[in-house]
Amino acid sequence: MQKKYRSAFLAAFLHTIPIMTGFLFLGTAYGIYMNASGFSPLYPLFMSLFIFAGSMEFVAVNLLMGGFDPIDAFLLTLLVNARHLFYGISMLDKYSGTGKLKPYLIFGMCDESFSINLTADVPDGVDKGLFMFFVTLLNHFYWVFGATLGGIIGSVISLNLEGLEFVMTALLYVLFLEQLLKEKDYQSALIGIVCTVLCLAVFGSDGFIVPSMILILLCMAVRMFLKRGEQECP
Amino acid sequence: MSLTEKIITIMMVVAGTMLTRFLPFAVFSGGRKTPQFIKYLGRVLPTAALAMLAVYCFKDVEIMSGAHAMPELIAVAVITLLHLWKRNLLLSISVGTVLYMVLVQMVF
Repeated sequence: MQKKYRSAFLAAFLHTIPIMTGFLFLGTAYGIYMNASGFSPLYPLFMSLFIFAGSMEFVAVNLLMGGFDPIDAFLLTLLVNARHLFYGISMLDKYSGTGKLKPYLIFGMCDESFSINLTADVPDGVDKGLFMFFVTLLNHFYWVFGATLGGIIGSVISLNLEGLEFVMTALLYVLFLEQLLKEKDYQSALIGIVCTVLCLAVFGSDGFIVPSMILILLCMAVRMFLKRGEQECP
Repeated sequence: MSLTEKIITIMMVVAGTMLTRFLPFAVFSGGRKTPQFIKYLGRVLPTAALAMLAVYCFKDVEIMSGAHAMPELIAVAVITLLHLWKRNLLLSISVGTVLYMVLVQMVF
């Protein structure tokens, strides 16, 4: 029993090393930002713990400094985090049958937990549900730890870490490459890239995700309709 | 904002985030049969979602000004070649990141 946990934890830890680097850095940056905006370290602690959606937490700092408008805060969150809907649909199968772990797996499904749990080759003999649980838990821990640390120390760090944030971009890009090499579903990748780039060009970097998602769904619907005409079974 | 208003605002953000995460599972699991289109999406959406996320990472890159996205382009090209060659996640990510840091700090 002990061994089952240890092997899953170890495998999950190895898969999350890049995220540890990125989250400790970005989390600390977020904590420092909150500190500089005049918030006590309790804010980054509780916000990273309960929201656990990096980009939204940065947005939330601005919300907290503006006027009180809970409905606006709620709607803005839906817009910023709408991409999670796609992750959920993608993970319906993988997260089914994980029993008691399932609510936490869904709660902690940030970009990075989703990408790792979707693409990871879980080693033989390692429990898949536990592996995904530890991936999510470790990511959550790195983020909360970094955010709280940043909130406490404020801006005393003077190391030149410019560019380190690229570790998250590199990670997500490599996971995309890996998915492409493994699944060889080039059409889906192309649809995803073209729709998103197109919407980014048209709507700008503040409001392109929701249009991209709608466009991707439309393309997929058309594609399924065309495929159905060709053949019935896969 | 008072403390109570701040707590309410944070709770709204938590609620919004959780809604986007739990909704697909709440709608498409349990006894009901998953619609054909959702099953199809379950197959094709993972790759498209990762592609969308990859583009999302580069959303704030300035192409027309500054370094004209050169550090990003170089780092992505090196990551791609290195990954096709070695297929080692950690290696690709760390080399790409260090290269990017060198590029933005010393070259551009």
